[in-house]
Amino acid sequence: MATFNHKHIIGLQDFSKEDLELLISTAESMREINNRLIKKVPTLRGKTIINLFYEASTRTRTSFEIAAKRLSADAVNITPSISSATKGETLSDTARNLLAMKPDIIVMRHAVSGAHNFLITKVNCAVVNAGDGAHEHPSQGLLDLLTIKDKFGKLDGLKVAIVGDVTHSRVARSDIFALTKMGSHVYLAGPPTMMPPKVENLGNVAVASSMKEAIQDADVVIMLRIQQERQGKTLMPNTREYSRYFGLNPENLKLAKPDAVVMHPGPINRGVEMSSYVADGDQSHVMKQVENGVAVRMAMLYHVSGGGETE
Amino acid sequence: MNLYIKNGRVIDPAQSIDEVTDILVEDGVVKAIGKDLKIPAKIETIDATGLYVTPGLIDMHVHLRDPGLEYKEDIISGTKAAVAGGFTSVCCMPNTKPIVDNKAIASYIINKAKNHGFCNVFPIGAITQGLHGEYLSEMGELKESGCVAVSDDGKPVKNPELMRRALEYAKGMGIMVIAHSEELDLVGEGVMNEGFVSTDLGLKGIPRVAEDIAIARDVLLAEYTDSPLHIAHVSTKGSVEIIRAAKKRGVKVTCETAPHYFTLTDEAVRGYNTNAKMNPPLREEEDLKAIKAALKDGTIDCIATDHAPHHIDEKDIEFNQAMNGIIGLETSLPLSLELVRSKVLTVNQLVEKMSSNPSKILGFNRGSIATGMIGDLTIIDPDYEWVFDINSVSSKSKNSPWLGNKMKGRAVYTIVNGKIAYKAV
Repeated sequence: MATFNHKHIIGLQDFSKEDLELLISTAESMREINNRLIKKVPTLRGKTIINLFYEASTRTRTSFEIAAKRLSADAVNITPSISSATKGETLSDTARNLLAMKPDIIVMRHAVSGAHNFLITKVNCAVVNAGDGAHEHPSQGLLDLLTIKDKFGKLDGLKVAIVGDVTHSRVARSDIFALTKMGSHVYLAGPPTMMPPKVENLGNVAVASSMKEAIQDADVVIMLRIQQERQGKTLMPNTREYSRYFGLNPENLKLAKPDAVVMHPGPINRGVEMSSYVADGDQSHVMKQVENGVAVRMAMLYHVSGGGETE
Repeated sequence: MNLYIKNGRVIDPAQSIDEVTDILVEDGVVKAIGKDLKIPAKIETIDATGLYVTPGLIDMHVHLRDPGLEYKEDIISGTKAAVAGGFTSVCCMPNTKPIVDNKAIASYIINKAKNHGFCNVFPIGAITQGLHGEYLSEMGELKESGCVAVSDDGKPVKNPELMRRALEYAKGMGIMVIAHSEELDLVGEGVMNEGFVSTDLGLKGIPRVAEDIAIARDVLLAEYTDSPLHIAHVSTKGSVEIIRAAKKRGVKVTCETAPHYFTLTDEAVRGYNTNAKMNPPLREEEDLKAIKAALKDGTIDCIATDHAPHHIDEKDIEFNQAMNGIIGLETSLPLSLELVRSKVLTVNQLVEKMSSNPSKILGFNRGSIATGMIGDLTIIDPDYEWVFDINSVSSKSKNSPWLGNKMKGRAVYTIVNGKIAYKAV
C-alpha cells in the first residue's frame, strides 16, 4: 500500500495523484467508523490536537473537532479574534507558546495566504491547513473529491464546473489542483472581475465565456460562496444582477447532465449563488459534502500522525 | 592623505576615458591622471592592475532610516554598507521619523553623516509636508539646507493638481522632483505583482497598470509644466514605453530602476518569501526584459538600489503583514556587473548608470575623474568571487533575497574624498 510522505498538509498542490488517492481511500474506511453505534476508535489516543482558528468557522472547526474526537485525540479549540491578534501577539509567538505545550498537530485557519507556510518554519509538530486566505482549503478539496467519487465511482474524465469568485476562493484553488490531478476537466465561470489572471495555466482548466457554457453537460457543478467582505465593492453591481447571470437555479441546472451533482462549500447565500430549490433539491450534495468532511479530516489527522492501525 | 592608484583601467564616461593609466589623489582631490606622473616618494600606492577605476558610485535612492527608525538602520551602518558596496555618495529618502520636510532634520542628517558617516550623504526632502500630500514643503529652505531633490517616496502624490504645483514650484527653486508613481486605488490591498504567480499563491495582486498609469500622469504633468522630473524605481514594460516615448518628445524626464527589477521576477515570491516583497513588486519575465532593453537604449538613466532596511520582526512574519523592500547597497554592484557579463551593457554604460548619470541629474560636481575634482573613486574587481553571507552584511538589517548567494564582482577599494573608506580584505 502507498505511504504518506508528508509531515504537513498545507495544500493539495503539493500532493501527487497517489497521495490524493491514499487520502480518499483512507477517508472511505473512516466513514465506516462514523456509522457505528459507538463512533470512536483509539487510533490517536494520547495525541493532542490544537484547532487554532483565526477566522470564524462553524462547519470546518466542528468537523475537525469531531474528527479528532472520533479518533480519540484530545482536541483543544482556540479562536483568537482577528483584532486581538493584530494588536497583540504575533502568529510566531502564539505558535511557539502552543508548541511549548507539546501538541502533536496544529490545525489552523488563517486569513492570510501562506500563513501555514510561515507556521511550519516556527513549529516542529504537524500542521494541517483548515484554510488560508485565498490560497488553499485542502480538507474541502478532498471532501469534494470524495463526494464526486461517491456519485460517479471515478473522477477521471468528468466535467466539473466551478462558478463564482475564483480570485478570492481557496476552495476553488484546492479543487482545481486536486481535480485536474485526478483527470477531471474543470470549467470556470464568473464575471471577469472575479477571475484571476492566467488561471488557465493552473492545469487542465478552461475559463468559460458564460455560466451556461461552463455548466452545459457538466457532471458536477460547484458553486462558490460570494464573500463580499473579502471582495471589496467593485467586483459586481449587486447580488441581484450577480444571481441573474451567475446564480444556479432549476432552469439553468437543466443544462447540466440529468444526473449532475450540485455542490457548495457553505455557508450558502440562498438566492444569490444558488436558489433554495437547487440547494434543497434532489441533485444537491451539500449535506453529503458535510458528512464526508468528517471522514476526510479523520484521514488527514490520521496520516499526519504517522498512520498505523485504524482498528 | 595622498594616494597613487596605478595601472588600473580608468573608466570615466563623462570624459570618454577608458584606458589603463594612473591617478594621483592629493588632499582629497584628483591631482593628476596619466602615465609617468610625478609621484612623491612616500605615498600610499594601490596597484590596480586588472581592476576598473571608476568615478565613485552614486546611489540616488536609499533609505537610511535615521532619524527615528534606527532599529532598522542608521547613518553609520547605512554608509558602512554603502562603501562596502562601492558607493561614495548616497541620497537618502525623507520618510524618516520625523520626516525630512524642514531644515532641522536635513541638517541633522548632513552633520551626522559628516561626523560619523563613511561616505557622502545627500538628503532628499519631502515634496509635501509630512508626506501627507496636502501642502507643499518648504522646498526653498530644504534646498538651502542641503537637500538635493524632493520626493514623497514610499507614496505617490495622489492629487494631480498638487503634483502639478510641486513640479512648477520645484522648478522655480531649482530642485529636482523624484516621483514615486503609483495609483493607490489600483493597488488596493495587493501585496505582490498581479499575474500567474499571484493566482497560484492566492495573494492579492498589484496590477502593472497601477504603475504605468501613474507614470503616464506624472510624465504628462512634467511635459505640461515643462519641468524636470525623475521617476523612481521603474519596474514595468508599460512604464518603460511611456518614458521612452516622452523622452523622444523632449520631455525632461529621467528615471532609475533597481537591481532586483532586472534580476528577479515574481517567481521569487513562491514559498511566500517576504524578502521578495517590495514596492513596486517584482514583475514578470517580459518586464525584466523590457527593463534590460531600456537600460541598454538609455531610456533608463540610472541604477539605484532603493535600499530599504527592515528589522527581522518586520520580515519574519506572514507575507501580507511583512514590510516592503530589501537592502541593496552591498549587492547592487555584482548584480549590475552581471549586465556587463551578459552583454546588456558595456562597462562604460554601467558606470554611467551608477555614477555619471545620477551626478548629472542631481547637478553634483562628481561622477567624473577630471583633474581638480573631488577624489571619490571606486576600484572594482569584476571577477572577485564572494558569498553574501549574513554575518558579513554591514547593514543593520539583513532583508535580502540574496543572502548566502555567490556573487561575482565587487568594490575592492572605495575612496571617499581622497581617503580609503573601504577596502576588501
